[in-house]
Amino acid sequence: MSTIALQRLTKVFGDLTAVKAVDLDVAAGEVVCLLGPSGCGKTTTLRMIAGLEQETDGDIRIGGNRVNGQTPAQRNVAMVFQFYALYPTLTVEENLAYPLHADGLSTTEIAARVRTVSTTLHLDTVLQQRPGQLAEGEKQRVAVGRAIVRDPNCFLFDEPLSRLDVQLRERMRGQIKEVLAGLNKATVIVTHDQLEALTMADRIAVMRQGVIEQCASPHDIFAKPANLFVAGFIGTPQMNLLPAVLVGADDCGVRGEASAAIRFRVGDGTARLAVDPAVGRLAPESSVTLGVRPRGLELVSEPQEDSLPARIDLIEPMGAETLLHLVDGKLEFRIVVDRRSGARVGERVNLRFRPGQTHVFDASERRVAS
Amino acid sequence: MAARVVSRDVRQARPGWAALATVVSLIYFFPVFWIILTAFKTYNDALAVPPQWLFTPTLDNFFSVFSRAMTYQGAAVDTGFDLFFFNSIFIAMTSVAIALVIGTAAAYGFSRYPLKGNDTYLFIILTTRMLPPIVVIIPIFIMFREVGLSGTYVGVILLYTAFNLPFTIWMMKSFFDELSREVEDAARMDGSSEVKVFFKVCLPQVIPGLAATAVFGLILTWNEYLFALLLTGVETRTVPVAMGQTIGGAIGVRWGLLAAIETLFLIPVVAVTFLLQNQLLRGVTFGTVKR
Repeated sequence: MSTIALQRLTKVFGDLTAVKAVDLDVAAGEVVCLLGPSGCGKTTTLRMIAGLEQETDGDIRIGGNRVNGQTPAQRNVAMVFQFYALYPTLTVEENLAYPLHADGLSTTEIAARVRTVSTTLHLDTVLQQRPGQLAEGEKQRVAVGRAIVRDPNCFLFDEPLSRLDVQLRERMRGQIKEVLAGLNKATVIVTHDQLEALTMADRIAVMRQGVIEQCASPHDIFAKPANLFVAGFIGTPQMNLLPAVLVGADDCGVRGEASAAIRFRVGDGTARLAVDPAVGRLAPESSVTLGVRPRGLELVSEPQEDSLPARIDLIEPMGAETLLHLVDGKLEFRIVVDRRSGARVGERVNLRFRPGQTHVFDASERRVAS
Repeated sequence: MAARVVSRDVRQARPGWAALATVVSLIYFFPVFWIILTAFKTYNDALAVPPQWLFTPTLDNFFSVFSRAMTYQGAAVDTGFDLFFFNSIFIAMTSVAIALVIGTAAAYGFSRYPLKGNDTYLFIILTTRMLPPIVVIIPIFIMFREVGLSGTYVGVILLYTAFNLPFTIWMMKSFFDELSREVEDAARMDGSSEVKVFFKVCLPQVIPGLAATAVFGLILTWNEYLFALLLTGVETRTVPVAMGQTIGGAIGVRWGLLAAIETLFLIPVVAVTFLLQNQLLRGVTFGTVKR
């Protein structure tokens, strides 16, 4: 079985702990994205799985076998590098065949495999060219081809699409997904691009400072961020994170199991918001952070009990929608409205929190949820 | 190819500069031209005042280089330059080849497996070239004489190898430093041993660098005079030393003969540079152009 399991994996460089006790399981056929800002330890984690970096502590298992201390070749892992890492002095054909020579295959077998891969990835016409003569997209396909040409235990991708322009990136995203779907191998993709992670991954592991902050499906990462960091990191435009004080639950406001109506002091005003019932168990007067996505707010004409007043400060058209920046005293809001909303800078408006769209994070920055 | 296109553009864009460059090149090239011209002159033509531009060319000087030259007294003396040319070629090529083998391996080590105090070692290696040769020549001469290396091929090749190693290491290290580490990691992932990474992945990428370093070493060694003067014997003498000793002595000052030797002496340098010009250009511009 092609699986990857990391157990308390740790890497220390001098004084810096790049990766701290990371646990991660990748099932056969599953694609897991390591997502995080630069320097969060995602590439180091990938390189340790590959065997290019020696772990300081913890275990790596590939296909159930402990591979600590094994060379990359012994692990039989295929990797696609950020800058493609094609062999510049070899032709595309020789590049594709290179991994097969190490496996000791016959010349006919090698030729057959190279042909299959070059057909799959539409590389037939460039087989005799050298990497320097190829376009970016072709280089990318050769890099992918070199990874899938043999039968590795698992696949690793390091920022696979970061060098491509937007259109090519969309096409390659689909193509890589398609290729991986047919192979049933555990795959780890490192990226700092959340769109790439959200579209390609079965699960996303969001990393910060060497720690996996949350590992969940793209939907759950977006809809149920485990903490403030994940909430702020995932989603564009960024989630509004507003400091607030919990006033108390209104007895009459409980609406079944799904949510509870709770009163918060936000800036100078107060609002009664429909949030997770678990929030009701927090002590009154506790400091919290409210998290609401720009699409979780709406403009309303009259003040309501779940709205706050604000003034439009800046308007950024984004095409189909428009991003508004609003201020109220020290508070800043971002809200996405329809492009035909007709909002004007300086206009005073009321911002309504759509029911059930507000997350509450406690003083330890964790999301309060039942 | 690309360079030629660029130079044509420059010539079109800046005719004034191109003319200046042409004049400067002509001034630089004139002595070389005059030597080549003199090599084809007879003894009397070479000495004529004012200098003769039109004369009947002769190949006698070139024949004399490899056989015998006339003394003032009219006796024929063996010039021995066939041996000296062989010595120069053999010594230069062997020492540069050895320096490349050792230097490339060392450079790869310094680049990829840095030691504690890596930069210090590299600096120490460079310091061996900092002392003027004249300062170290006497101790080296005494050492060589004591161990019986004086006047032998082994001795002079050993010395020239040591002489070529520092810049070979430094130049090759800079070429290795330029290579993408990712490609080497990819080779490791693809099942290559460290030895294969070096021979199959790194070395083919630095061939232009090897060529540039080799030409540099060959020219330096080919032209070297001082060490050769003191450390070669009658049988191992190189051309620059032999040339100096041809002036005066029994043969006297025969400008035509000297010019012929010099002309022949220039040929290998020009030929090597010409043959490797593409590699050299790539070597010299290595790393300056974004990949």
